[in-house]
Amino acid sequence: MNSAATPVKKRTPTDWQGAEMQKRIRKRYGAERRFKFIGLGAVLISAAFLAFLLFVMVGNGLRGFTQTELPVELDFPAMTGGASPSQFEGQNAKANLRTLGVQDIVEASIQIQYGEEGTNLFSTGGWQRVRKEILKNPDIVETKATIYLPVQSDIDVAYKGTGSDSAEAKVAELSDSLSTGFNWNFLFNSDATDPMQVGIWGALKGSLITMFITLIIAFPIGVLSALYMEEYAPKNRFTDLIEVSINNLAAVPSIIFGLLGLAVFLNIFGLPRSAALVGGLTLALMTMPVIVISGRNAVKAVPPSIREAALGIGASKMQVVFHHVLPLALPGILTGTIIGMARALGETAPLLMIGMRAFIATPPSGITEPATVLPVQIFLWSDEVNRGFVEKTSAAIIILLLFLLTMNALAIYLRNRFETRW
Amino acid sequence: MTGSILFLLIIVLGCASWFFGRVKARRLVINSPDKRPIHSLPSYHGWYVALWAIGPALLFLAVWNFVSPSLITEAALSSPAAEQLPEAPFARGAILAEARSIALGKQTTAFNPLSLTMVKPYQTALSYYGTLGTVAVLLLVFACGTFAWLRIKPDLRARTKVERITMMALLMASLIATITTIGIFISLVFESFRFFSMVSPLDFLFGTEWNPKSVAGPPGDSGFGAIPLFWGTIFIGAIIAMIVAIPLGLMSAIYLTQYAAPKFRAWMKPILEILAGVPTVVYGYFAALTVAPALRDFAVSIGISGASSESALAAGVVMGIMIIPFVSSMADDSIAAVPAAMRDGSLAMGATKSETIKKVLIPAALPGVVGGVLLAVSRAIGETMIVVMAAGLAANLTANPFSSVTTVTTQIVQLLTGDQEFDSPKTLAAFALGLVLFIVTLLLNLIALRVVKKYREAYE
Repeated sequence: MNSAATPVKKRTPTDWQGAEMQKRIRKRYGAERRFKFIGLGAVLISAAFLAFLLFVMVGNGLRGFTQTELPVELDFPAMTGGASPSQFEGQNAKANLRTLGVQDIVEASIQIQYGEEGTNLFSTGGWQRVRKEILKNPDIVETKATIYLPVQSDIDVAYKGTGSDSAEAKVAELSDSLSTGFNWNFLFNSDATDPMQVGIWGALKGSLITMFITLIIAFPIGVLSALYMEEYAPKNRFTDLIEVSINNLAAVPSIIFGLLGLAVFLNIFGLPRSAALVGGLTLALMTMPVIVISGRNAVKAVPPSIREAALGIGASKMQVVFHHVLPLALPGILTGTIIGMARALGETAPLLMIGMRAFIATPPSGITEPATVLPVQIFLWSDEVNRGFVEKTSAAIIILLLFLLTMNALAIYLRNRFETRW
Repeated sequence: MTGSILFLLIIVLGCASWFFGRVKARRLVINSPDKRPIHSLPSYHGWYVALWAIGPALLFLAVWNFVSPSLITEAALSSPAAEQLPEAPFARGAILAEARSIALGKQTTAFNPLSLTMVKPYQTALSYYGTLGTVAVLLLVFACGTFAWLRIKPDLRARTKVERITMMALLMASLIATITTIGIFISLVFESFRFFSMVSPLDFLFGTEWNPKSVAGPPGDSGFGAIPLFWGTIFIGAIIAMIVAIPLGLMSAIYLTQYAAPKFRAWMKPILEILAGVPTVVYGYFAALTVAPALRDFAVSIGISGASSESALAAGVVMGIMIIPFVSSMADDSIAAVPAAMRDGSLAMGATKSETIKKVLIPAALPGVVGGVLLAVSRAIGETMIVVMAAGLAANLTANPFSSVTTVTTQIVQLLTGDQEFDSPKTLAAFALGLVLFIVTLLLNLIALRVVKKYREAYE
């Protein structure tokens, strides 16, 4: 209005080439570079943590797959008083071996070769290997044989790395005859008190049984409720309640499921403690929401045109869902299921609550037998004082991670191979 | 064992009855004089017969498995041999259990000679009720299966009936989640109630002395003051872990979404996701074996006294690493939800990328990021294995990150492992702690979801 009265103040145009502005731009670009660099740093630091973790586990764990051995000369003809190979064939073999007293023979041979204190050098259960050798090849009892037996845990640790002073001294003394062999015990034995004799088979079998129970309970329930929620549920208070509880269950800390299992499955239903059945049920309740959520997404992704086409040619609503929607959604559901199962496989806390932390020296043979699972076994070994358990724990971790990696790779493969983008 | 064999037998018979039903329905089609079609497809008739054959039998089997052990015990007790048994219920129960496992062949020698006398009555009762159950189940399968088979007529609405049952199964399956939630809540509240009848809730929530014993102390000094536990949980999960996870997670998300070349992003994102897939027991072992000793040595070398080999810092840092992908993917989602126009506008005004991110994207995405952080906190405070293995058991009320603190989850594990009486306040305290944990994580989740939802709506 009164623009004529106050003339527009003439601004000098910004001098972009001037020293001040150039400096400011440089500063801003510097901040830009710093910000970008910090971002890259964050990514690399996170990745470095992962690399460091894997490096530590693999570095410690690979040693767990090997064991240190000493040769023992076994003069069978002299020791057994002329046992013939035929005794150790067929069905009486095990009974005859028992009367033969393999352990005594091995101990006597060790004492001949390594002196009175020689048995202290060897792992206490190591003689079992001789027994297995005889069963495998009975002819050996007519010959003089040299068999490598695992040494005692302290010496094993000292030979592989650094151990106690006394063990290091023994290693130096024996260094010529000590050798390294693959530790088959670790793959086929169960828990034991001697780290040289422990194995993961018992825990692995427990994990497999538990996962099987989890799968056969969580998968059908998860798929059915995903179908109900997506295809049938009317929009009302009641279905809202179901939806809220599914989302809520997915976020409940896992240990709370353990408390539920303890209070309901053990105390009310009176199911056996430490059993794979209870573990599987508890994990199934935990895995089910994961399956439901991924299942709902997969069902939602099936285009309505498929449903309409099926309805158009006369299919009933149930036929549409089970003959058309479900098969098309199945790859997505399976991907979610495998990811949920992988999480359940690594879960420890709820299983501690229901008593799956017992010392289990024989693999479980049924769903109500006391069992332990791989992650709990790792937890138990990590508590052991004996230094020989460090590498065993890491080796068990390697096995667990391999399983998880395989499962996740399978999930990714399924997703890429079968999932249709509409 | 007989239970599972019977179960398999029922399933096999069910398959057979499916086949019979289907065959009969097909015959109906072929033999009808004017080739008039029947109401449902033959396979639905098969399903109809099979469901009739299996359903009642399985129901009976479930009830029978529940009832038969007590029936067997009763029968064994009414035998003449049972008169010698001691009156005390505990000794009686032990002998009965032993006799039972001998009779089942799980055990060969008896600890108590009395139980040997009970083996015989037990075996007769076992075989009697075993036969009875088997016969009843088989009768049910045949009777119901035949009933359904006889009802197959051209105008039987088999599909409608089968679909109604399927619908029921669908509804039942989706109810299980609700039942589980209610089950968790009721069992926690029930056991906590028993705990609070022994220890005052005020002592529990506001007491600063945590020293649980199997008998609760006098009010005010009960040894069940959970404040040190709550502090330890917050200190590790909400403070130390977040100091690690928020900057790393947020900056990773920003770099990967805004700066990184597509190829770098395609490789790095899954690698970071692996961090979330590593089992917590592995993190716990890593924290206890590698991180904690290193931090203690570091603390000692810079002269901090009271550094412990189990430290809040070790557990918190490792937990933070575990949470990184979680924070990062939440931040990723909320940054991606900011409308492109806002970003483009800022860039068009001449702002650099980092200025756009700091002054436009982050403020706009803040509610989403905050919601994500709340979810991450709720996950961190419920995390168990890392703190059990690396944080220690001493209930210290301290802000020194190098000292050992304990958390709610650690104490739950600690209180419930080992063989304790189920009625002692020590065991019940675990459920009270669980209830607090459940309520807090539930509230955090509800708040976080509400914040995220509100913010999403603002841009839609």
